[in-house]
Amino acid sequence: MLNSLEIMETIKMIAEEHLDIRTVTMGISLMSCAGSDGEAVSQKVYDTITRRAEKLVKTAEELETELGIPIINKRISVTPASLVLGGSSNPDDFVTLAKALDRAADTTGVNFIGGYSALVHKGMTTGDATLIASIPEALAVTERVCSSVNVGSTRAGINMDAVALMGRMIKETAERTKDRDGFGCAKLVVFCNAVEDNPFMAGAFCGIGEPDTVINVGVSGPGVVKCALEQVKGADFGIVADTVKKTAFKITRMGQLVAQEASRRLNVPFGIVDLSLAPTPAVGDSVAYILEEMGLERCGTHGTTAALALLNDAVKKGGVMASSYVGGLSGAFIPVSEDAGMIAAAQAGALSLDKLEAMTCVCSVGLDMICVPGDTSAQTLSAIIADEAAIGMINNKTTAVRLIPAPGKTVGDIVEFGGLLGTGPVMPVNNFKSDDFIARGGRIPAPIHSLRN
Amino acid sequence: MRAVITVIGHDKIGIIYEVSRILAENNINILDITQTIMQDMFTMIMLVSTEKCSKSFKEISDTLAALGETLGLSIRIQHEDIFNSMHRI
Repeated sequence: MLNSLEIMETIKMIAEEHLDIRTVTMGISLMSCAGSDGEAVSQKVYDTITRRAEKLVKTAEELETELGIPIINKRISVTPASLVLGGSSNPDDFVTLAKALDRAADTTGVNFIGGYSALVHKGMTTGDATLIASIPEALAVTERVCSSVNVGSTRAGINMDAVALMGRMIKETAERTKDRDGFGCAKLVVFCNAVEDNPFMAGAFCGIGEPDTVINVGVSGPGVVKCALEQVKGADFGIVADTVKKTAFKITRMGQLVAQEASRRLNVPFGIVDLSLAPTPAVGDSVAYILEEMGLERCGTHGTTAALALLNDAVKKGGVMASSYVGGLSGAFIPVSEDAGMIAAAQAGALSLDKLEAMTCVCSVGLDMICVPGDTSAQTLSAIIADEAAIGMINNKTTAVRLIPAPGKTVGDIVEFGGLLGTGPVMPVNNFKSDDFIARGGRIPAPIHSLRN
Repeated sequence: MRAVITVIGHDKIGIIYEVSRILAENNINILDITQTIMQDMFTMIMLVSTEKCSKSFKEISDTLAALGETLGLSIRIQHEDIFNSMHRI
């Protein structure tokens, strides 16, 4: 029998410490819709998604009511669009498909749909190149479609042609959505070592190794971890790590329960629970505040990388036993605009792009939701992507870049995205050029440790 | 289904009466009940069975939340699985 303290602990986590399920994401394979006719494929895609995800939102809402835990987002990830429309070399066909995805998202009631994607870590097919060329237009004319491009992997190296191209696409996307401060870029991620079962946006897509339909769940709970650490002020790092582990276990159990129940009720296989600690702009739901609770005056100062390494590792150790299948990105997220503590640290000058890059070596993803000056060149954006991809390639981990070169904005300005995407202070980039480096093109060969066979 | 009802707020006369009245009206059986004062707050926890209840979980949840508003308390009903999942391996 449960005791009162346990029940009240759970209630307090939900009511006061922002414990929630960040997302229930349904992965839908669109391989059965594949073809080369834009209109025909788009209709099939719309029909398939709206049929399979018909009950997704309703079921998630029922679970929210019965379990009494908020499920913030209901989302869909689909097969990378460049595979679905691989036979087409007309960017307009891809934009038609993006609009169909947007309509399907609207009909099913999900807030984002991911998978307007291409996997080009070793090279590009005609479909990949066409999709990438259509990204600025697709993101400008749709609301809920998210796009991602995988440009590198530990096994394949880094496709520097794709890196160069993505710098230009980010610039163009910002330009096409300049009336909203480059909002389109908030829906575009460039990956190295992208995972096939990520439930989080904007980088979610349903990989080709996935079944027809699958349920993946992402948890949250930075506020809960921070409150737990408040109880062990001044204690040594063994105790800090233990406290994070115990808390992560409890948080992940919620994800496991929701994933299991959603899967059972929708009659769809349970894919994974992603252990990531995902912050929101709400005060008290910040990963930066956890790091500061460990004893740093401001996130970004010396010691931040070590604190994040401990946090990321302890979250995994605590979470892994709490779920039957762990996957996705699983770690700690450090999106700047979506985290009140990161925003404050950037504004105070404590947190720089260089420090964020170092932090991405030890946490789950990469340079995420960072606003940079609108006049940042495409080559500089590409060079930032290349650095981040190199960290992922060498360290055998996922890294991502989601930068917003906000048109007309300069260092110190603030970009308001609203909602979960938050508020981004424009951060400075290095002003020395990398143009000749990016102009070389070709591929950075796979590292020696890719040769594992 | 077994569910946990939690009532949190300032103590006053008739809380248990009001909550149990709504439960009885809706054929919800009380299996266990504990009540304590935690950090100056009245805290009541009930384990109930909703098997014979004809209303949906959402309707019951909304009715209890509305009663909570009338009494100036927070009243929640949640499936017991959420607590079991978090605290039991």
